Amino acid sequence: MDFSLSEEQQMLKDSVQRFIRDEYELEARRKLVASDVGYSEANWAKMAELGWLALSLPEEYGGIGGGAVDTMVLMEEFGRGLVVEPYMTSIVIGGGFLMAGGSAAQKTELLPKLAAGELKLAFAYAERQSRFDLNDVECKAEKSGDGYKISGHKGVVFHAATADKIIVSARTSGGSRDADGITLFLVDNNCSGLTRRDYPTVDGLRASELEMDGVTVAADAVLGSVGGGAALMEEVVGQAIAAICAEAVGCMDVLQETTNEYLKTRVQFGVPLSKFQVLQHRMVDMFMECEQARSMCYMVNLKVGDEDPVERAKSVSAAKVQIGNSGRFVGQQSVQLHGGMGMTDELHVGHYFKRLTMIDTMFGNKDHHLKRYADL
Amino acid sequence: MDMEFRAEDLAFQAEVRQFIGENLPLDLQEKVARGLHLEKDDYVLWQQKLNQRGWFAPHWPVDLGGVEWTPTQHFLFQNEQVEANCPPIMPFGVRMVAPVIFTYGSAEQKQRFLPSILDSTAWWCQGYSEPGSGSDLASLQTKAVREGDHYIVNGTKTWTTLAQHADWIFCLVRTSSDSKPQEGISFLLIDMTTPGIDVTPIITIDGSHEVNSVFFTDVRVPVENLIGEENKGWTYAKFLLLFERSNSLTGSLKQQLHRLRSVAGQERSGGLSLMADPAFAAQLADYEVQLRTYEFLELRTLGNSQPGAEASYLKIIGTDLQQLASELTLQAVAYYGNPYIHDALVHGYNEPAVGPEYAAPSAPQYFNYRKTAIYAGSNEIQRNILSKAVLGM
Repeated sequence: MDFSLSEEQQMLKDSVQRFIRDEYELEARRKLVASDVGYSEANWAKMAELGWLALSLPEEYGGIGGGAVDTMVLMEEFGRGLVVEPYMTSIVIGGGFLMAGGSAAQKTELLPKLAAGELKLAFAYAERQSRFDLNDVECKAEKSGDGYKISGHKGVVFHAATADKIIVSARTSGGSRDADGITLFLVDNNCSGLTRRDYPTVDGLRASELEMDGVTVAADAVLGSVGGGAALMEEVVGQAIAAICAEAVGCMDVLQETTNEYLKTRVQFGVPLSKFQVLQHRMVDMFMECEQARSMCYMVNLKVGDEDPVERAKSVSAAKVQIGNSGRFVGQQSVQLHGGMGMTDELHVGHYFKRLTMIDTMFGNKDHHLKRYADL
Repeated sequence: MDMEFRAEDLAFQAEVRQFIGENLPLDLQEKVARGLHLEKDDYVLWQQKLNQRGWFAPHWPVDLGGVEWTPTQHFLFQNEQVEANCPPIMPFGVRMVAPVIFTYGSAEQKQRFLPSILDSTAWWCQGYSEPGSGSDLASLQTKAVREGDHYIVNGTKTWTTLAQHADWIFCLVRTSSDSKPQEGISFLLIDMTTPGIDVTPIITIDGSHEVNSVFFTDVRVPVENLIGEENKGWTYAKFLLLFERSNSLTGSLKQQLHRLRSVAGQERSGGLSLMADPAFAAQLADYEVQLRTYEFLELRTLGNSQPGAEASYLKIIGTDLQQLASELTLQAVAYYGNPYIHDALVHGYNEPAVGPEYAAPSAPQYFNYRKTAIYAGSNEIQRNILSKAVLGM
């Protein structure tokens, strides 16, 4: 048992830290968030150049062959920097689907481009009625000639506007909440029959509502087996949860450090706020939440590939619950302890708070995962 | 980064399991499993079995009877014992005073005191708290005045755990009032049979007799029982805390969870098992997530062999979870938390149980476990420590 980083992982961490320091000042990020695409293509190219996009992808397809812990190192630093580039959707999720379910042809065609930064992917799964259930799918794909016609709605599809291809879950058979009968399709963005409504999110990212009205895809657009999408989604979303836990840990650590520093410098009643015991104890509670979140982040990234499906699912859900609870407490208390300043858009605290709050909704909030854990 | 147990760890785990299987008497195992009161002999028996195997003081230096184990082995050793319902180790001798003796004591003191701690023929208790000195320990007033070759000790110690069994007490006493309170404290070992010592029970809200008041009236203690230097006792007391903190709670928390799940599985609600009750199931799942979090926090923290002040968070979170498990167990037994028959908590009670047998200890344990957030430095004091030592506030 060993919780330390390898030399390579430490080098990766240092390198991402340098990037965040150079490229991700709050003002620079503010400009990216306000720009047309919502992030920087130059940053994306740099991430490709530095090998970060290739990190988790297989060596035989132009990748580096890293594991969950490598992605964790990267995502934690991305969390510290509130990075807005579509790494999660494109690489962790898109790349994850290709690796887990892609045909040899799909892998050969798409993975090298993904690693090189020449291809972006998005994942459209949520529907208006589905809440957090990945298997509640009403969007339909009907056989049409050699291929399929897809119709239906997908909501809050992150980074859909800038994706080249969107991975869409659609029902090829079964009832609307059955696990069986869901098929994943690789759909070209801007294809005929697909309309998008693009918008910004509260935490500075981009997302879209998708309407599909008879979108035609060929048979080779199927990702994985026909009707077998549920297991594939569970696997890849598990990996995404492990990665987003690391992002959350990065966010929380910044808030904890910043708030502690603020309490030591802000003087009221003639003394620094850090001299008040009620604030000391609150700060300790924040610190403990950060340490607990980090423990679960390590745990889930070490267990996300576990052979035992129940243990794997329990690890994923337990981590998401802890991250949800810790993120809520650390986020809310950071604003509270910064007082009025915590309410301002000018200060970075609120931006981290917003990101943490939205991370809880990603792939199921703490209530959803607590229930899932109890049912396992 | 990995969390695999290595082959040698697994072999070690199997060795510990086998040892427990061959040496722990079944009736003692059952007593522990059912949460019944343990007698002095119960503790001593198990400690002596461990000592015969050379495993009673694994954290001591090897030449004094310790073992060179990795943090993982220490973790496995503690957890295997708890999961197998072994009696807990009484920490006052082996984990608390012994490290002070082998670190700061004279050669003569080591020779005199360590062997009887190792073979559990001497039972130790801890004389720290006083009626006027709880969280503010350094304000303690029990006085030791030098008179020839002796200290004359006067004062009162309180919350002294299992002093009724003790042969020796290690005490913090005031030898000077000249400077800062911390600078006039000495660390004294006192024979409990010395004239002038009175032990009176304190019965706690759960109805048990664990703690005592210990009164000292003109108690004559030979000066050779002073550890280290006069007025340096505070330093030794703080050192002792480091050893105390490296204790793992994961095993005992898992054991509480096993008991809770077993109770809830036998209770009925709405025609189904209580485990199927959505409100209870949600609380149980929440608890399990917190316990899993604690386990990995503990592995991360104790993996650094000698944790610093950050181990205070293990005390806070671990004791919160001990309390929460006892609370959920009490909730699980519903009405049958009410009956209180003191003798039913002692092994060998022959009357039929009132209600389910497992219900009897649930309320006493809930009330008893309120102590965990108070003792060994209250959880508020632990937050003070963390805010100063770790967060620099």
